[in-house]
Amino acid sequence: MSADTETIDRFVAQEYKWGFVTDIEADTLPPGLDEDVVRHISAKKNEPEWLLDWRLKAFRHWQTMEEPHWPQVKYDPIDYQAVSYYSAPGAKDKDRPKSLDEVDPKLLETYEKLGVPLHERARLAGVAVDAVFDSVSVGTTHKEELAKHGVIFCSFSEAVQEYPELIKKYLGSVVPYTDNFFATLNSAVFSDGSFVYIPKGVRCPLELSTYFRINAAETGQFERTLIIADEGSHVSYLEGCTAPMRDENQLHAAVVELVALGDAEIKYSTVQNWYPGDEDGNGGIYNFVTKRGICKGARSKICWTQVETGSAITWKYPSVILRGDDSVGEFYSVALANLAQQADTGTKMIHLGKNTRSTVISKGISAGKGQNSYRGLVQMGKNATNARNYTQCDSLLIGSRCGAHTFPYIEVKNPTAQVEHEATTSKIGEDQIFYCNARGIETQDAVNMIVNGFCKEVFRELPMEFAMEAQALMDVSLEGSVG
Amino acid sequence: MLEIKNLKAGVEGREILKGIDLTINAGEVHAIMGPNGSGKSTLAQVLAGREAFEVAEGSVTYKGQDLLELAPEVRVREGLFLAFQYPVEIPGVNTTYFLRAAVNAVREHHGEAALNAVDFLKLMREKIELLQLDEALLKRSVNEGFSGGEKKRAEILQMALLDPTMAVLDETDSGLDIDALKVVAHGVNELKRADNAQLIITHYQRLLDYIVPDFVHVLSDGRIVKSGGKELALELEEKGYDWITNGELQTA
Repeated sequence: MSADTETIDRFVAQEYKWGFVTDIEADTLPPGLDEDVVRHISAKKNEPEWLLDWRLKAFRHWQTMEEPHWPQVKYDPIDYQAVSYYSAPGAKDKDRPKSLDEVDPKLLETYEKLGVPLHERARLAGVAVDAVFDSVSVGTTHKEELAKHGVIFCSFSEAVQEYPELIKKYLGSVVPYTDNFFATLNSAVFSDGSFVYIPKGVRCPLELSTYFRINAAETGQFERTLIIADEGSHVSYLEGCTAPMRDENQLHAAVVELVALGDAEIKYSTVQNWYPGDEDGNGGIYNFVTKRGICKGARSKICWTQVETGSAITWKYPSVILRGDDSVGEFYSVALANLAQQADTGTKMIHLGKNTRSTVISKGISAGKGQNSYRGLVQMGKNATNARNYTQCDSLLIGSRCGAHTFPYIEVKNPTAQVEHEATTSKIGEDQIFYCNARGIETQDAVNMIVNGFCKEVFRELPMEFAMEAQALMDVSLEGSVG
Repeated sequence: MLEIKNLKAGVEGREILKGIDLTINAGEVHAIMGPNGSGKSTLAQVLAGREAFEVAEGSVTYKGQDLLELAPEVRVREGLFLAFQYPVEIPGVNTTYFLRAAVNAVREHHGEAALNAVDFLKLMREKIELLQLDEALLKRSVNEGFSGGEKKRAEILQMALLDPTMAVLDETDSGLDIDALKVVAHGVNELKRADNAQLIITHYQRLLDYIVPDFVHVLSDGRIVKSGGKELALELEEKGYDWITNGELQTA
């Protein structure tokens, strides 16, 4: 077996292609966190008093909390006082650009390099993009076209100014500021993010997308996304993310809240490609994210699809609270842990209403020294008559130094509820690689073919424009993986 | 076409092949027979380039090139094909997709344009008809859940698609019922031409009822101890491998 192991264990060297730094003047707060920092961020954004109060309540609550250590991940203690909680491109005294035309060309260039051109002539057809750079949104495309349909898609800061009633009504309604350590921290210091409102009966004519970019060093990114789909509406939203290569770890603690009213449907897809760190575990993003949606009305539907290839540590459990009768929750996930990456990810499906249904398809890939854990909760409440869940949880191992773990939790309080759980673990064997070689197929192509075959149930859930991208990203993330 | 000289090879320091000499010319069908553990499969794996097997001595020349210097994927692109004794299952990878990737890898190696899905399907249908195979196999994942017979038929389909000049069939008959054996043999015979060659590795004589070799070699303890025409296979069947291994041959 030694020769087998050796062949596959040459599975490390990987090049991160988004690791460049944009040299741009920035208005950055010095590291450290206290009430003044919270006030400062709120003041920067001209926030109403109630929002500052909400932040301060969160901050005070956070000070009483302890960082969770139950995930299957290991890392050195985080010094929360060593992080800067706000960094915005542009000089301190300059006003924020009012339209994309006023945005610093360096920023536009950055997004162009990342494959997300923002200016009119090169924009992605059919996709509206909100571009978030460190702590602020630098611009949102296709706004006028969306406005024609009554769709609101803007930065969170703008929404606070323009649509305060919506923010006040829904902020923290799915993820309360007391929810968990990282969500509470986010509630205190969140700087920007995206806001979406789809009016009654409207099918959003474009894919909506937010591209998160961390640029500044020693800065955390704490964005907050809120999507509200009013009765009978439909929206598909995608987020992407990248960061420069640095030896230090950087903190990313985001919160996403989704609200689907009666008969509404929200499809939320993530292609997460934060810098993963190197093979010895130096650098990379700590991705501690709370994502939760509520199917508030009857027959509503929320579908999470995630492709997680980056980050040194991934800690996220996009969840659905199925409150409305006949509502549907879905979770499709591909999580890759290569190099020294650690992923502890999964979902929570909380069935409260009658005839609620949920599907969980999780594909974990472990390579290099990566550790991949699936952690999922299926809860059938006492009123969840005839609720159903199907969970399929597959792990694929590449090489012999990585690990896969599964932690399923099931709680059933209604005797008519049905829960199914299936799990498999397989390994890309040297024999499979050799078999492909013996048919003329190169080792790297063979690995890609096997991995893509393993992931295809999830990839086909992505919006078409991004399915190819996700596949290509997976190929790149496994580049140089097998000798 | 293929010239093996004094080939010594083994795995993890244990010598299995102890000096093989064998020359195969275009248009010839050779059979290698031998008891379990004689080194038959090791020979097949070494020819295909499996890394776990180390070559200690000797040379293998294929179409004028040093075969042992070529990567496994290059060997098959150059026309040396191994039909596996135990074809490997690859869950999630569609058989048609896999076969097209294989065919196009070979085509690109020879500077030919890759086949698109439509042209490939046409080619595949042709071969399926020729080999009298069941098309349903192609919709499934590579070898996944195939019966023993289905796997071996799929190997022959791959062989037909890649159109090798030197095909090595490693115990393709093992685990086959008589009907499957006939289908496989039919396929192999259909693919035989004056400009290609076949090396059939088998434990039993019965495959040779359907594929008639020009030469039969008997492998024992890592060496070819006897070579002859097709009648040698019958003699072996009658007398058993003991006839060779108990030492009578050396004096004969």
